[in-house]
Amino acid sequence: MPVRCPARLEKTAEAGTANVAANVHHLERNTVLKQLTHAQIWVHDQEDALAFYTEKLGLELREDVTVPEMGNFRWLSVGVPGQPDVSITLMAVPGPPVFDEETQAQIQAVLAKGAAGGLFFTTDDIQGSYEELRGRGVEFSQEPTEQPYGIDAGFRDPSGNQFRMMQAT
Amino acid sequence: MTTLHPVRHLLRAKDLIDARYREPLDVATLARAAHLSPAHFSREFRRAFGEPPHQYLLTRRLERAAELLRNTDRTVADICLLVGLRSVGSFTTSFGRAFGLSPTAYRAAHTPAISRARVPTCVLQAYARPLSSTFGEDSRGGHG
Repeated sequence: MPVRCPARLEKTAEAGTANVAANVHHLERNTVLKQLTHAQIWVHDQEDALAFYTEKLGLELREDVTVPEMGNFRWLSVGVPGQPDVSITLMAVPGPPVFDEETQAQIQAVLAKGAAGGLFFTTDDIQGSYEELRGRGVEFSQEPTEQPYGIDAGFRDPSGNQFRMMQAT
Repeated sequence: MTTLHPVRHLLRAKDLIDARYREPLDVATLARAAHLSPAHFSREFRRAFGEPPHQYLLTRRLERAAELLRNTDRTVADICLLVGLRSVGSFTTSFGRAFGLSPTAYRAAHTPAISRARVPTCVLQAYARPLSSTFGEDSRGGHG
């Protein structure tokens, strides 16, 4: 079994938050994972989500593959134009055999309650983006608000996922 | 197309509270956002989120007031109005019940969180909201 520099791992584990920058630097030089390619979110309906993400948010369709021998599993992903290396996978909440019906219903409820997480975006012109998205019918939970780190705003997709967009200042 | 989960409509009302807590929001307005009658709405909201809508609204206002106390030098009376509450007396009482300190004492005891960590607003709003169970309801403070 490969031994990967245990002394360094111990040091990482012991390091407090004050040493975060040093740890990031350490990991860059000892890469185990190379790149984040997809972030997965649950959606209540893939067709509805695809329309929202492409037509309202202006993201581009990346992958749309349905696999009949896997119960018509549909791998559906979108991404921000100009950022080809990170995609968002729009995943339907599966029932049996993946999840029993009770679990499926729990995930669907958590999603609809807005408790299933979300994603963070940036924009160069938050006021313009806010007005554009609102005009397209996107629901905002927070209008652009000045914060010490920039100006941010919050909105949701039809499923209940929470999104933030931020313009650095 | 799959129809939306019924709770998703209640989330719209919860988001409306987060977005427009500064305004006088009544149950009828919130119920409309959720496509429910006012009577059904309050019960269903409580079932979904664990507290009635007017209480969520009050705790959202108190959380925003606490944020303004920590990060601005606005007066307590100003802050009360800015977060959508009309009575300073009622605000001070609710705030004391929620945070265990008067607004002035709370301000003196807390440096801005941003001086310690870069915390996004959504995190602050979610984590800094006082628990409803920590204080009694104040109906004057809760409505519009």
